[in-house]
Amino acid sequence: MAEPNAVTPQAPKRTPLYDLHVAAGAKMVAFAGYEMPVQYPMGVLKEHLWTREKAGLFDVAHMGICFLQGPDHATTAQALEALVPADIAALAPGQQRYSQLLADDGGILDDLMVTRSPGPVEDGNLVLVVNAACKEADYAHIRARLPDAIKLFVADQRALLALQGPAAAAVLARHIPGIDELAFMSGTFAPLLGQTVFVTRSGYTGEDGYEIAVPDASAAAIWQLLVGESEVAPIGLGARDSLRLEAGLCLYGHDIDTTTSPIEANLQWSIQKRRRAEGGFPGAARIQRELARGPSRKRVGIKPEGRAPAREGTEILAADGEPIGTVTSGGFGPSVNGPVAMGYVTAGQAAPGTKVQLVVRGKPMPAEVVALPFVAHRYFRKSQS
Amino acid sequence: MATIKFTKEHEWISVEGDIATIGITAHAAEQLGDVVFVEVPEVGRTVTAGEACAVVESVKAASDVFAPISGEVVEANGELAGRPAAVNEAAEGEGWFFKLKLSNASELDELMDRAAYDQFVKDNA
Repeated sequence: MAEPNAVTPQAPKRTPLYDLHVAAGAKMVAFAGYEMPVQYPMGVLKEHLWTREKAGLFDVAHMGICFLQGPDHATTAQALEALVPADIAALAPGQQRYSQLLADDGGILDDLMVTRSPGPVEDGNLVLVVNAACKEADYAHIRARLPDAIKLFVADQRALLALQGPAAAAVLARHIPGIDELAFMSGTFAPLLGQTVFVTRSGYTGEDGYEIAVPDASAAAIWQLLVGESEVAPIGLGARDSLRLEAGLCLYGHDIDTTTSPIEANLQWSIQKRRRAEGGFPGAARIQRELARGPSRKRVGIKPEGRAPAREGTEILAADGEPIGTVTSGGFGPSVNGPVAMGYVTAGQAAPGTKVQLVVRGKPMPAEVVALPFVAHRYFRKSQS
Repeated sequence: MATIKFTKEHEWISVEGDIATIGITAHAAEQLGDVVFVEVPEVGRTVTAGEACAVVESVKAASDVFAPISGEVVEANGELAGRPAAVNEAAEGEGWFFKLKLSNASELDELMDRAAYDQFVKDNA
C-alpha cells in the first residue's frame, strides 16, 4: 500500500495551542508553514459528525489577523474598497463581510473576512482575517497600496479559535452572557477569563458558531475552558476541510486562486450592488463584463453517482466525453455519507442536473452537477418579531 | 497452518496451501484513518508482484494496494464496498481485500515476517 503523500515541513511554526494538541493525542502535520492538528484520536469522520451535531473547537491561529486604522470609517473603507469588490463603506459598526483581495486582472489573491470595529472609540478600524499561506504577501500587497492616512497593523500576538456547531451558542453564552444574541456576520468585544476577546458570529463549516480572537498568552486557558464543556470536542484540519466542502465554501489555493475571478468562482453574492455598478476595484472591467454576459466557466457542485471519491485534479468530461473542466476539491462527505466534489466546468455545462463524467483512475465515472451547498447552512438568524 | 508475511507497502499476506489472502496491515489502516471506499480486483485477473490491484480511500487520501506476490485473483471481498469501515475495525481479519492463487511461491521469501515488519514500522516511524 502506498503511503499518502507527506508534506515536508521547513522549520514549521507553532501556534500557542501546540502543546495542548500534542497532549490530546493529535496527529500534527505541516500546513501553511505551521504544525497543525489534522485530527485527534476521535478521527476525521467522527470529528466532522460531532461538529454538525454538537460543537467543535478549532485552532485557526495560523490565520492572519490585521487591522486597518484610519481617521474614520468612510476613509478606511474607501482605502480597502480599492482592493476588494465588497461594499465596505456600507458596513454598520460591528458588521462583517466576506470578500476577496483582487489582482489587477480580477484574479483572486486571497479571500478574507472584513469586520468594521464595533465601538465608536475605534471607529475607522477594520479587522481583516486572511489565509495563513497568503498572509505575508497580503500584508505587503495592502501596505503598498494604502494611502498615508491608513496604517496596517498585524495582530501577531493574537490567536484565533473557532467554535462551530449547533451547541456553540449555548456553550459560549455560559462564559459570555448574551453572546447567543450576536447577529450572524457581526463582531463584538467581550470579556472572557479576565481578557478582552473579539468575537464574531461566523465560521467556515456551514454551522452556527463563532471565531474568537484572543491574546496569545490566554489562548491555552480559553481553549481548555471551552474544550472542557461536555458538548465540545477539539477538531482538526481534516474535518475542517470536509465540513467546508459540504458547505460549498472555497478553499484558497484550490477552489480559488489568481487564475479564477470571483464571478467564475460563483462568489457574485459577495459583491454588493453599489460596487457592481460603480466598479473601482482591481479587475472591475472583467468582473462587470462577466456579471453582464456570464463567465466562460463556473465553479459548481458535483455529486459522483457511485461511492468512489473524486479528488482534486480529477478531469471532468461532458456526457459526450468532451473535457469540460477539473475538480478543485473532492472527497468523502461524512454528513452526506458519500463522495462530494466541486470544480470548474464550462458555462454551458454548469446547470444543476447536467450529467457529467469524472475520470477516476483512468475510468469515467458518472456524476451530476448539483446546487451547492451539499449540506444546508444553519447560520444564526434572529427571529423576525 | 497459515504463514503470514508483510510488505514494505504495508500489506499482509496469509498463505495456506497455494491460496493467499491479502489485506492492509492494522498499522496502515490506523495511519490512513477512517476508510470510506474500497475497490477490489475482479476475480480471474492475473497480477504480478508489485502491481497495483486494489484501492483504499480514507477521508484524507486515496492509496493503491499492491499485489505482494504474483498469481490469479480467485476471490475478492465484496463486503468492503458496503462496509469499508471493516478495514479499520479488523484490518488483518474480516477487512481482507482479495485472495490469490500463487503462481510463484518463492516470491514469499522476499517478504518480512511479523517481527521484521514490526521493526520496519518502528524504524520508519
